[in-house]
Amino acid sequence: MADAPQQPAGGRAAMQMQLAAKFKDYRHVWVFVEIERGCVHPVSWELMGEGRKLADDLGVDLCAVVLGPRTDDTKAAISQTYHYGADICYICEDPLLADYRNEPYTRALTGLVDKYQPEILLLGATPLGRDLAGSVATMLQTGLTADSTELRIADDKSLAATRPTFGGTLLCTIHTLNHRPQMATVRPRVMAMPEPDRSRTGRMVWHSLGMAEGDIVTKVLEFVSDARIEKANLAYADIVVAGGMGLRQPGNLALVQRLAEVVGGEWGVSRPLVQKGWAPAERQIGQTGTTIRPRLYIAAGISGAIQHRVGVEGSDLIVAINTDPDARIFDVAHLGVVADALTILPALADAFARRLPGRALAS
Amino acid sequence: MTRLAREFHSVVCIKQVPDSAQIRVHPVTNTIMRQGVPTIINPYDLFALEEAMRLRDEYGGTVTVLTMGPPMAEDALRRALGLGANRAVLITDRRFAGSDTLATSFALSKALTRIGEEHPIDIVFTGKQTIDGDTAQVGPGIARRLGLNQLTYVAAIDALDRDGATITLRRRSEGGVQVLRSRLPCLITMLEDTNTLRRGTIQDMLRAARAPVTTWSAEEAGIADPMQCGLRGSPTVVKRVFAPRPRADKAEMVVVEGKTPAQTADAVLDLLFAQSPNLEAALSARFKS
Ligand SMILES: Cc1cc2nc3c(=O)[nH]c(=O)nc-3n(C[C@H](O)[C@H](O)[C@H](O)COP(=O)(O)OP(=O)(O)OC[C@H]3O[C@@H](n4cnc5c(N)ncnc54)[C@H](O)[C@@H]3O)c2cc1C
Ligand SMILES: Nc1ncnc2c1ncn2[C@@H]1O[C@H](COP(=O)(O)O)[C@@H](O)[C@H]1O
Repeated sequence: MADAPQQPAGGRAAMQMQLAAKFKDYRHVWVFVEIERGCVHPVSWELMGEGRKLADDLGVDLCAVVLGPRTDDTKAAISQTYHYGADICYICEDPLLADYRNEPYTRALTGLVDKYQPEILLLGATPLGRDLAGSVATMLQTGLTADSTELRIADDKSLAATRPTFGGTLLCTIHTLNHRPQMATVRPRVMAMPEPDRSRTGRMVWHSLGMAEGDIVTKVLEFVSDARIEKANLAYADIVVAGGMGLRQPGNLALVQRLAEVVGGEWGVSRPLVQKGWAPAERQIGQTGTTIRPRLYIAAGISGAIQHRVGVEGSDLIVAINTDPDARIFDVAHLGVVADALTILPALADAFARRLPGRALAS
Repeated sequence: MTRLAREFHSVVCIKQVPDSAQIRVHPVTNTIMRQGVPTIINPYDLFALEEAMRLRDEYGGTVTVLTMGPPMAEDALRRALGLGANRAVLITDRRFAGSDTLATSFALSKALTRIGEEHPIDIVFTGKQTIDGDTAQVGPGIARRLGLNQLTYVAAIDALDRDGATITLRRRSEGGVQVLRSRLPCLITMLEDTNTLRRGTIQDMLRAARAPVTTWSAEEAGIADPMQCGLRGSPTVVKRVFAPRPRADKAEMVVVEGKTPAQTADAVLDLLFAQSPNLEAALSARFKS
């Protein structure tokens, strides 16, 4: 898809899908369940929610793939896959899968695909998911659509994956012709989190890795957790307050941070602030930063460029503060305030502090 | 690619991309208006280039830049030479047109094989992703095809032991950083903001203008089977390109005239909690304990 929009619209795009005989038996929708250091990445459950719809449309099973060492965490993850909609869980448990490494994970996942032949395979567009998806798709010589924002079953029963291109200015819908499985990654928070049904169970299918530590070139020497580095968890924050170039000076970011603290949320920025070195990259919200899906998003001094917008559209409620009444952020916001962010941000922090019980002291 | 170079050799894959900050979409036809849009080296690739040059400065050797693109992509290579790369290779062929990531990684891996035959490669570098394709797939694709150890999202290279052919580095993962030891040759996709791009020296800039750029067709790059190139070698196809649908309703505007900031803030909270009664309850609840 590197140069997607340059491809002619007619020609190949109009080609009828004639699936080669060897792919005819590829059936069912698979979701790779990402587990790192015992924790399931929530994007996996978001994908299960989406995968369930695709499987129902096709009238096939939804299957989860769990790779990891044999631990209680892995066991818990397996039963959760059913709660989030899986009919079957394919499991490969091996001590070599304790830390993520490309070689054994690629081997396990391609081995499972070759054996059980899914028609669709979904992964989260996280560092792990992207690393694995790229190498598995190449091994299988199949198509992979990165960072999809919408997945749908087309009339011919193939997967239509829509993704932003050119930094979000356009969307394109991509199909995988004549190769299986059809692979796609989806960024965290793009799909909604489904409600788990704790009474559901399903079938388990075990697979062996067939590798020895000596076969794996890359060794993990250490894992430095972000707890020690202090990193933002913007994607899953309930409330996010962000500032843009309208803040004018790096020192004014403190106003954004204080409001975030008062409401118990995370803070973020638009891209220029990262480029200027006012904030670290993990605070950037948008197309090339983090996608957020909070209950409340407050954008102060942000113009609302498309690349920013695509990262915040999933928020339940958006409040925008901007001195320019025509700023594009007001097209996506639910509540707009045409005023100076430098005075409104502290006033909002005070108002929340006053009205939230137990918060007065925090101000 | 398994032979280890006597002289240290990195190849950096760079892509020439339109400066997307300046891209406009035609309001009626919904097509990208490329005319007059300047091209740049994909910004993410510059971190890979700088890292390769930093290692060269420390261990000696050569940095080759490689791109697949139209003949004008030579500009991007010359810019990289001006920044300090030693050698440039362009692969260009009509048959590459319309390549998706699988076909792109195929063509690049062939060219890398040919480069490696002449001058064995220790590290292939790519950027994290491109700003036009934006997939982060080409790097892993190359690694798989060449059987190189795949090291993505690398934040720092801590140590390189050329005799033992090992490399120690830090890789970004969810919730932390993995410290990894792997073996050369390997493929590294470099994370952004991990180094500061140097300015080219006057000598490099002057050299860049005249330096030869090796230009290969598909055949010269060692591609015997063009079925794996371009549109024909691409399993994915773009069926539809369209502009995002704007939201129908605009924001409800809070009246600010004649109000102090404090009154405005109160008005915002009133409207907020009126629109979403759950929010007030949820907010209050989390601070109760
Ligand atoms: C490939 C690509 C990817 C990108 N990815 C991202 C991304 O992930 N995230 C992102 O955010 N951007 C991204 N961008 C950049 C994006 O196009 C915009 O340039 C950027 O979002 C603008 O940031 P801003 O709104 O803070 O600044 P500006 O566009 O400069 O807007 C500042 C706003 O502040 C308002 N203002 C000024 N003073 C005040 C005041 N006192 N009080 C209140 N308002 C005030 C102004 O009216 C204006 O609307 C990307 C661009 C490209 C090309
Ligand atoms: N046409 C190309 N020529 C050279 N390198 C490329 C090309 N396309 C992609 N790359 C490299 O692969 C990386 C990932 O690209 P992408 O998969 O398009 O996001 C880029 O940062 C480049 O280093």
